[in-house]
Amino acid sequence: MSRAILYDSTLCIGCRACEGACAARWGLPYDDKIAAEEKISAHKLTTIETHGDRYCRRLCMNCVEPACASVCPVGALEKTALGPVVYDASKCMGCRYCMQACPFQVPSYEWQSRLPRMRKCDMCFERQSHGKLTACAEACPVGATLNGEREALIAEAKQRLAAKPDQYYQKIYGLTEVGGTSVFYLSAVPFAQIGLRTGVPQEPLPETTWRVLELLPDVVSTGTVLLGGIWWITNRRTEVARKEGKRA
Amino acid sequence: MKLRLPKITVWRAIFAAILLSGLYATYLRVFYGLGGSTNLSDKFPWGIWIGFDVMCGVGLAAGGFTLVAIVHIFNIEKYKPVLRPAVLTAFLGYTLVVVGLIYDLGRPDRLWHPLVMWNPHSVMFEVAWCVTLYSTVLFLEFLPVVFEKFGWHEPLEWIHRISVPLMILGVLLSTLHQSSLGTLFLIVPEKLYPLWYTPLLPLLFYISAIGVGLAMTIFESWHSSRAFGRALELPLLAGIARVLAVVMSVYLWIRFLDLLHRNALGLLARNRTETWLFGLEMALMIVPTILLYQSKIRMRPGALYACSVMVVFGFIANRLNVGITGLEAGSGTHYIPKWSEIAVTLSIVAVGFATFRGIAQYFPIFEAQAHEAARSEMEDSEEALVVVE
Repeated sequence: MSRAILYDSTLCIGCRACEGACAARWGLPYDDKIAAEEKISAHKLTTIETHGDRYCRRLCMNCVEPACASVCPVGALEKTALGPVVYDASKCMGCRYCMQACPFQVPSYEWQSRLPRMRKCDMCFERQSHGKLTACAEACPVGATLNGEREALIAEAKQRLAAKPDQYYQKIYGLTEVGGTSVFYLSAVPFAQIGLRTGVPQEPLPETTWRVLELLPDVVSTGTVLLGGIWWITNRRTEVARKEGKRA
Repeated sequence: MKLRLPKITVWRAIFAAILLSGLYATYLRVFYGLGGSTNLSDKFPWGIWIGFDVMCGVGLAAGGFTLVAIVHIFNIEKYKPVLRPAVLTAFLGYTLVVVGLIYDLGRPDRLWHPLVMWNPHSVMFEVAWCVTLYSTVLFLEFLPVVFEKFGWHEPLEWIHRISVPLMILGVLLSTLHQSSLGTLFLIVPEKLYPLWYTPLLPLLFYISAIGVGLAMTIFESWHSSRAFGRALELPLLAGIARVLAVVMSVYLWIRFLDLLHRNALGLLARNRTETWLFGLEMALMIVPTILLYQSKIRMRPGALYACSVMVVFGFIANRLNVGITGLEAGSGTHYIPKWSEIAVTLSIVAVGFATFRGIAQYFPIFEAQAHEAARSEMEDSEEALVVVE
């Protein structure tokens, strides 16, 4: 069974406990100054954004069919059966195609480092594979971030929408976006108003490039026959011309 | 032998200034990382080192495979005189693309990783393999020039024996990765402005690469004829210009149909930066295409050169629009390259020009024409033939 996260922005009180827990889990520094930076970066893998009197948490969506993993030329990114999309820094050569490809602009880069790595939330793969909750879900004092089985969390989200129709915008962000993610959002207002990218395609992105890449064997085999054939014809023509020239 | 100091000319001074700034930028890149040497950010991870050095570099080197196909696969031998310069440009072009990548990759020491760590679902993986293999093919295609220079007949014959499969392989690899540079951007449908985002990107990249390869061949011949004081092979270049006009017409027509069928023509009415950049790109491609249909233009060296330059700039505008400017609005940010990014790019271009000139001076790149020229001058002077042969 695959794991997921459900973030209910209507419950979030903006205490940033998730930020602190996340920093501690990665061994990253965390202080008031970093807390005030309301954006994901190589030293802050999750953040609480303030949108007026509402909050919105940002973290890696851990897509079901992640664009980042499909584009990585060295296979440094991988969607695990458990749910998290994990990153192997020892493979990464720093082409940053994952950052370009991510529709949620999640991957960050250690721009100042001489031996840089990409950084992103991996939904606490280590902790979850040992049966523990993600650090953020464990730290959340109000249950705004839940960690559990993907199907169970979808059911929970649907139940909340049905139970309080006037308090929720009646959609679950992450259910169909780019073919589905492992992080879901509930909100009182349309998602664009809390800073989520709503223009993303509803189909899995890896399809867009695979449609072309899968033609590769066809192109190579047809091309070989075509080019070889053209050469065979034109070369014969030149040879004949040469011989006739000699005879004349 | 007397040691002579090189004369200081304006061009040499500019060349030196570019290399010095490039050297300092290299220092910044090595000791202060990408953050200290570029204006890249998490929202805008690719700059001109990818958009220009790689995307334009690979395209501008497309003359190599185009002319190999024309001369050796379609067996149109009259174009042979411009084949070697085109192969040399391609070989240098790919070498410089790798240099550009070494600057751009966060971990250039792992440049070889895609060769052992596979992900066949990645376009970048395919490009990495094609570029590696094709660089090898180009090296082998260029080797005969070196063998001829030193009179090594045995390896020369050996390489001639494998030349046909080698050339077919080269054309195939080029077809794959020239189009794949377009496929790279199919993964960003929500980021790339719809004037450029189309499922046809791979096809459009491929056709425009052929076009710019031909334009670059005219461009090189014109420059080398001036640099080495040899006669311009005008009828030949006019023939290439004719092909170029047709290739560009096909390209432009497909682009028009693409915009039409995607209902994207209406975007042209919007007063946005993208509209103007698209207009510039189109003008740089449409104007030379129309001009090249007139034989008066094709047979005038200056006009022919101007047209090829326009096509080259139109191509560069297209690659920069797809790789950089067309992505800015969708990424919600602006990107202006830092001076050090520009310095490195200019240095790479300058080194490319200088190396081409150096190799063309010492190796028989333009020899084929030299023979022709010498033969036509036979009546005037017997000496010419002796000197060349």
